[in-house]
Amino acid sequence: MEELLNSTAADVTQLKYALDTFYFLVCGALVMWMAAGFAMLEAGLVRAKNTTEILTKNIALYAISCIMYLVCGYAIMYGGEYLLSGITGDGFTGAEEPATYAPSADFFFQVVFVATAMSIVSGAVAERMKLWAFLAFAVVMTGFIYPMEGSWTWGGNAVFGMYNLGDLGFSDFAGSGIVHMAGAAAALAGVLVLGARKGKYTKDGGVAAIPGANLPLATLGTFVLWLGWFGFNGGSVLATSDVENSNAVAVVFMNTNAAAAGGVVAALITARMLFGKADLTMALNGALAGLVAITAEPSTPTALQATLFGAIGGVLVVFSILSLDKMKIDDPVGAISVHGVVGLLGLLLVPVTNDGSSFSGQIIGALTIFGWVFVTSMIVWLAIKAVMGVRVSEEEEYEGVDISECGMEAYPEFTSAK
Amino acid sequence: MKMVSAVIKPFKLDDVREALSEIGVQGITVTEVKGFGRQKGHTELYRGAEYVVDFLPKVRVDAAVSSDIVEQVVEAISSAAQTGKIGDGKIFVTSIEQVVRIRTGETGTEAL
Repeated sequence: MEELLNSTAADVTQLKYALDTFYFLVCGALVMWMAAGFAMLEAGLVRAKNTTEILTKNIALYAISCIMYLVCGYAIMYGGEYLLSGITGDGFTGAEEPATYAPSADFFFQVVFVATAMSIVSGAVAERMKLWAFLAFAVVMTGFIYPMEGSWTWGGNAVFGMYNLGDLGFSDFAGSGIVHMAGAAAALAGVLVLGARKGKYTKDGGVAAIPGANLPLATLGTFVLWLGWFGFNGGSVLATSDVENSNAVAVVFMNTNAAAAGGVVAALITARMLFGKADLTMALNGALAGLVAITAEPSTPTALQATLFGAIGGVLVVFSILSLDKMKIDDPVGAISVHGVVGLLGLLLVPVTNDGSSFSGQIIGALTIFGWVFVTSMIVWLAIKAVMGVRVSEEEEYEGVDISECGMEAYPEFTSAK
Repeated sequence: MKMVSAVIKPFKLDDVREALSEIGVQGITVTEVKGFGRQKGHTELYRGAEYVVDFLPKVRVDAAVSSDIVEQVVEAISSAAQTGKIGDGKIFVTSIEQVVRIRTGETGTEAL
């Protein structure tokens, strides 16, 4: 009888390991799917002549992120050996402290977050950056810059041995600051080095409209990101195989969805009040802003609070987009506003519903992340500029980077075989 | 032989096509174009930045017809495409020097 009980207990433990691993992997796959979302969103918001290049950037940065994180990023962030050489296949059998899910699942879940942070940059620098300059930056960002700040946050290490963010009350559940604001910091540095698109800002202080070529794609991309975000926030619970964790997962899914909804409505109403008509692109940015706003703490708010937090993000993002244009910071897709400004908002909202964090901890964490990423990114961008240049020539920009960087039109007509 | 080219509002294409069929015009070429006449554009906002919508979408219908039915063709297109509102478009009639049916090599009015 005792034997039967023991073997059943062992089976249950194995089953929990299996379920948590499965859940983790599926969530990771959902976050991978966000790469498709970013690609479609960005492709829809740039002009037709620049579409192939931004798609190339998106798929290439995803691949580079996966490789660089494998080579050294994961080791920098969580300890362990380079090239994942130390990663064990089985975290359970014979281990002193058995893991609750497979170690490779941990890597897989983490690596897709790196790609998310990196893809934020590609939209902000669209339509005028050299492709290979961007990819060179991606190598450094995903192999070093992101993993360093990741090691001080989720990795639990002290910041250059000086202070420990966790001890100071810093809390960022799924990465409003660690992933989104970090990506935006790198993007901002890039945009400042790069300059605005030709013709965007006129001499008399005006702002020219440069409409995106494919709003259906942009909308599809936003929906894809919305779906993928369930994995982004949901997977960050890290487990689902007991009552407490499953409940948390359900709340996280519910709140993530609610925040996005709040963001859409708030942004749409704000745009209507400011511009007189609905602006689809603002509504799309609003959805993402809502998602970013809740990402730092999706488990403790009530559903209504989550909706309101998302709505604040939705209003904030519209004003941020307009303000950046007033400051002549050209961001074709609103990435710096959605991920940076609202990423900071997300961090600051955490103490409202989570007693375990403090405003001071959040601010110190935000400054640490932003300061590190912005400064190191600026150095890397300037270095790339010195070595190979970051911006295409005026003529190439006029013709479209599809031709100059990829030699391939996204919507080719009138091509002929030789 | 005359080329009758009409620039019309896009939603009127079906009406014009039917009207031409009824009077025996057997083939037309249609292109999507943009344009404006005396109807001026207006401004819209994209993410808070103003831009001018000068060029409005129109459809251009080209029909090569024999000179004896030109007046009927112009009349048919005119009534079918008219809405009475600004922006209805224009019809241009030009002379054609030569017409060739590529498949058979027929020329002139035989090729229309």
